[in-house]
Amino acid sequence: MSLVLHQFRYDQKQFWREPTSVFFTVALPLIFFTLFAAIFGSEETVVNGHKIETSTYYVPAILALAMINATFVNLTVWLTIERERGQLKRVRATPVPAWVVIAGRTLTSAAVAAIMVVVVCGFGAVLYGVELPTSTLPGVVVSVVVGTFSLAALGFAAAGLVPSENAAPPVANVLVLPLEFISGIFVPSDQIPDWMDSIASVFPVKPLFDSLLDAFDPVATGIGVAWGDLAVVAAWGVAGGILALRLFRWSPRR
Amino acid sequence: MSGEAVITVRGLRKAYGDVVAVRELDLDVHAGEVIAFLGPNGAGKTTTVEILEGFRDRDAGEVSVLGEDPARAGGAWRGRIGVVLQESEPPGLLTVREALELFAGYFPHPRRVDDTIAQVGLEPQASQRAAKLSGGQKRRLDVAMALIGDPDLLFLDEPTTGFDPAARREAWEIIASLSALGKTVFLTTHYMEEAQRLADRVAIVNEGRIVAEGAPETLVGGRAAQATIAFSPPAAELPAGLSATARPASRGTVELRTERVVEDLAILTGWAREAGHDLPGLTVTRPSLEDVYLELTR
Repeated sequence: MSLVLHQFRYDQKQFWREPTSVFFTVALPLIFFTLFAAIFGSEETVVNGHKIETSTYYVPAILALAMINATFVNLTVWLTIERERGQLKRVRATPVPAWVVIAGRTLTSAAVAAIMVVVVCGFGAVLYGVELPTSTLPGVVVSVVVGTFSLAALGFAAAGLVPSENAAPPVANVLVLPLEFISGIFVPSDQIPDWMDSIASVFPVKPLFDSLLDAFDPVATGIGVAWGDLAVVAAWGVAGGILALRLFRWSPRR
Repeated sequence: MSGEAVITVRGLRKAYGDVVAVRELDLDVHAGEVIAFLGPNGAGKTTTVEILEGFRDRDAGEVSVLGEDPARAGGAWRGRIGVVLQESEPPGLLTVREALELFAGYFPHPRRVDDTIAQVGLEPQASQRAAKLSGGQKRRLDVAMALIGDPDLLFLDEPTTGFDPAARREAWEIIASLSALGKTVFLTTHYMEEAQRLADRVAIVNEGRIVAEGAPETLVGGRAAQATIAFSPPAAELPAGLSATARPASRGTVELRTERVVEDLAILTGWAREAGHDLPGLTVTRPSLEDVYLELTR
């Protein structure tokens, strides 16, 4: 366990020193937040059959975006680069067990996702006066935990599919961007046609977003855990884990 | 080199589809020895090393490295070997010291980070990020990362390929210092000079087989009986009594391949001195390791 912490420490250093990943994970979601709030902020949007402030809508949306970038995109790109540069293979030549390396990477992206939860909520509360969940806080926590680990598992699987260092960022984005669009992360979901909405529901992005949205819904009751949506996310996570076991490689492909 | 056996290989075989990379390879490496695996690209060097490192499965043969079968060995065994891969980059976002601290944490009894940095001469770069190092410095960090676990056995797969001459010399000094630490070093290379400089023993590999093996001097020595006497001939006819016929060689010179070097040279120079010939460009050459290598891997 102390070895996992050791790995985690140095993985954290590496994450925060990489300007591109910090930009895409931390800065870009906040820029999008500002833009969307400026464009749609004066309006209201319909959620669960009633109207809520659009700025409130964007807190869970941007949260989902930041989580996807911190876990799925970040791991797909980072693991592919490390594999192609022979770094993963080199680590395999040492006595460190594989699970320690996998845990270090996963916890690093989970920690970044957790930081982004605080940052995005703070951003929304301070700049747009968004009311943060209190009674439904467990809903937020469960969504973040299930979402983070499921997306991380999918990241390990996707890294196994990506053939080369150069292909990693485009592949990760091609997988993620269309789903973000049809899931209502960028455009409010009441403006997305039903058929598109049904397609989106099959993939993990929309259920994850919906589960967060439920918890942020001001009229939500109970503890705000959307078990149905989270079951879909978790199923994708399990599928990702199984795929990763088959696809993930330590040695360069070239 | 009478130390205990560190690596024992018998009848090693590995094929990729129809292409046989290693065929019936036998090898013994003893403790404290530096052995060079010398051969052209595609000779099976990397395949062999990767089997010894436990990265690849073999098709047939017996392999023992530090008393264990690398295909089945676990973490404790990996703690006793150090690996420098043919192509790998150190983690670019960590400093030299951090990269070594990270790797030190993987091993049960690591060397001290500062000593290891000094060992590879990277003290001035200790706080620099690995991405900012030159190619030669990155390789030295690579060697340091292989050394940090204080291994008994080090594998260096083509450690200086693509280096400029200055960086190569630096790397050689470091590698030479490893054997001074008492480490057993298994080196692959396609540079003759590298093998000659660093290795106690050279195994020349071609088409998946060891075609010659021994200390660099003995490898050459076996063929050293023959030498070549070359010179630009005067207009006059050469003296009688030479053991071989002079054959025309490059740029108007002639060559005499002989096993009676001293006698032939005496006849030739005696005759030239009497007749007042100059014999410009006179050279006597013994075969080098390079000649032996080229002959064996042709």
